[in-house]
Amino acid sequence: MHIYLNGELQQTQCHNLLELVQQLALEGKRFAVEQNEMIVPKSRLESTPIHDQDRIEIIHAVGGG
Amino acid sequence: MEDTLLKIGSRTFNSRLLVGTGKYKDLQETDLAIQASGAEIVTVAIRRVNIGQHPDQPNLLSVIPPEKYTILPNTAGCFDANSAVRTCMLARELLDGHNLVKLEVLGDEKTLYPNITETLKAARTLIDDGFEIMVYTSDDPIVAQELESMGCVAIMPLGSLIGSGLGILNPHTISIIKENAKVPVLVDAGVGTASDAAIAMELGCDGVLMNTAIAAAQNPVLMASAMRKAVEAGREAYLAGRMPRKRMANASSPETGYFFK
Repeated sequence: MHIYLNGELQQTQCHNLLELVQQLALEGKRFAVEQNEMIVPKSRLESTPIHDQDRIEIIHAVGGG
Repeated sequence: MEDTLLKIGSRTFNSRLLVGTGKYKDLQETDLAIQASGAEIVTVAIRRVNIGQHPDQPNLLSVIPPEKYTILPNTAGCFDANSAVRTCMLARELLDGHNLVKLEVLGDEKTLYPNITETLKAARTLIDDGFEIMVYTSDDPIVAQELESMGCVAIMPLGSLIGSGLGILNPHTISIIKENAKVPVLVDAGVGTASDAAIAMELGCDGVLMNTAIAAAQNPVLMASAMRKAVEAGREAYLAGRMPRKRMANASSPETGYFFK
């Protein structure tokens, strides 16, 4: 299926958000996930399925004022 | 004279200088400058993770650990209430439920002047959702009162445009905002050099937030130290109470006992 990951159209085999985060080697790092403009808490990544055409944003903190 | 602590919402601080983390050469310089500034509250921006980036790339929050600093996520780059609210929600999730944020909703690219209509809208939604809002705003005393009555925990009027370094262009309105407010007032944006920070504090402001003035200095670490002293000096001068201004001279030495007259 296809998802929009941080704005980029991508193909994924991942079934849930935890699998996606693991595939991106982000597990254990500080990040936050939004699926179709809804926050998905870290505790619910595994139980949140990915659907075709989902818009998924993964963010972190960067320098800013 | 012992100063009181700076109380913002449910938190208290010793330092009245708040610093940003943008525009530094690298994370080491960020680290050194923040240490030199003595700041306890440090702002960060919220952006997309670079997908495919080297996973071992150093992370900003390892330099400013949330256990040591109060991280203040900002909504920089947001031009409408909805994106600012989403940014704050993501920041809260990122920082394990941390609810203190800097709300800034901007009006246009050229001036980065705050869009007050959208700022008010976002503030309402965020306060209802349990956030503590430090709000970037124009130096309009009526808007500042409105934001305070909504429940913002700190009012942060601009001294001049973000990143301009033009200093405090309207000290008069900043003092009116401070006089009216029961929550802390911090000058956010516009500071260019140490004297600007001192002026903000001499006006009675509770603190100063800056980024570019330090990061874009030739020697950011030294400027961070200068800003720390300027904020402390300005604060002490405010607490000391300045002498009244006079139009004409008033001799400092005795005007009696002259041997040459």
